Amino acid sequence: MEQSQRENQVFELVALAGEVLLASGAEISRVIDTMQRISAAYGCNQLDCFVVSNGVLLSTGGGGRQYQAKVSHIPLGSSRLDRINSVNQLSREISAGQHTPEQAYRQLQEIAQMPVRPVWYRSLCCSIGSGAFGYVFGGSALDAVACGVGGLLLFLYLQLLVRRRLSKIALHMSGGALATLISMALMTLGLGEHLPIIIAGSVAQLLPGMAFTNAIRDIADENYISGSVRMLDVILVIVCLASGVYFAGSLVSSFAGGELFGTLPL
Amino acid sequence: MARFLFEVLAAGVGTTAFALLFHVPQRYSLRCGIIGGAGWFVYLAGLPFVSAPVSIFLATVAVVFLSRFSAVQLRCPVTLFLICGIFPLVPGLGVYRTASALVAGQMALASKTGFSALQTSMVMVLAILLGLELPIGLFRRLANLIPSKK
Repeated sequence: MEQSQRENQVFELVALAGEVLLASGAEISRVIDTMQRISAAYGCNQLDCFVVSNGVLLSTGGGGRQYQAKVSHIPLGSSRLDRINSVNQLSREISAGQHTPEQAYRQLQEIAQMPVRPVWYRSLCCSIGSGAFGYVFGGSALDAVACGVGGLLLFLYLQLLVRRRLSKIALHMSGGALATLISMALMTLGLGEHLPIIIAGSVAQLLPGMAFTNAIRDIADENYISGSVRMLDVILVIVCLASGVYFAGSLVSSFAGGELFGTLPL
Repeated sequence: MARFLFEVLAAGVGTTAFALLFHVPQRYSLRCGIIGGAGWFVYLAGLPFVSAPVSIFLATVAVVFLSRFSAVQLRCPVTLFLICGIFPLVPGLGVYRTASALVAGQMALASKTGFSALQTSMVMVLAILLGLELPIGLFRRLANLIPSKK
């Protein structure tokens, strides 16, 4: 009885570790590797897991023990690199034998509830980042300032107005469109010199850099299902952003008689 | 020349800021910025000598190399550095050039910029694959030579 309770705890622990990692944007091989490491550290070797980009399947048992299984659906995640780092640290400590399953589970729950950094802090980062990338993309110092303003406004729109109310497709299309409108408005006000660069800098925050990198890593690890799903996610996001830009751009230029876009050096 | 230095600096600052936006722990964010800046440095330094895709390739290899080294040296997941460090190289502008060329009805320009963005991504894929194949022992040995200051 004692033994089986401990095994249940380990089972829950391993399942939660996998869920937290996957939801935070870890690559598949890391999720599987961490789950196996933790279960091996507690001597539970008959644990089988199957992880794809949006779900963790876990089962144990056989050989006299009752079968146990857990299926969790994880929507394609956000970037929580702090959680990936903490789970990695915890898994090292578990392998070194520093925690009982119960302690580890409690720590993992704390990691799962690590707070999001405050909106003002992230707005500042986003604004500075957008401005800097506007400059990297070939803009002037004035363009960089415009990108900073555009990036900030887009971030505030995404954080305060959208939150989780829009689907991914609607979010990226509206984001691309809004960034275009903001950039055009800034240009009209005399802030900024190159419209494409201001738009690109403002939407840099929505570029799927993480999904792109993870997709390649999954494919490199021969996790083709997850890799292709993530690559599809990248393509979808890019197409949505571009069509948002296209939509807003053609709307404005049809009202302004094509002057705004037509005269721009592309 | 000044533009060169400022761009590398901006890539570093931008990467640091986005690393913090993605919740990278503060003690690692500066390293992310250095890697991002180094990637852009390699790209710009390569441009006068080789074609743009080759330059992107070398820059991506540099980013993967430095990320893996930092992961071993600081004992944390390579994901932290790789995702952030690669950011300046992702062809964001190419996508928008393509979209704005479409708006302006310049189909030839749109297909040219679209193809070049696709080419950049494919080259990055190859470079990341290559960088991930390097043996882990190499990075362990390097990390022994240059231990972290903690």
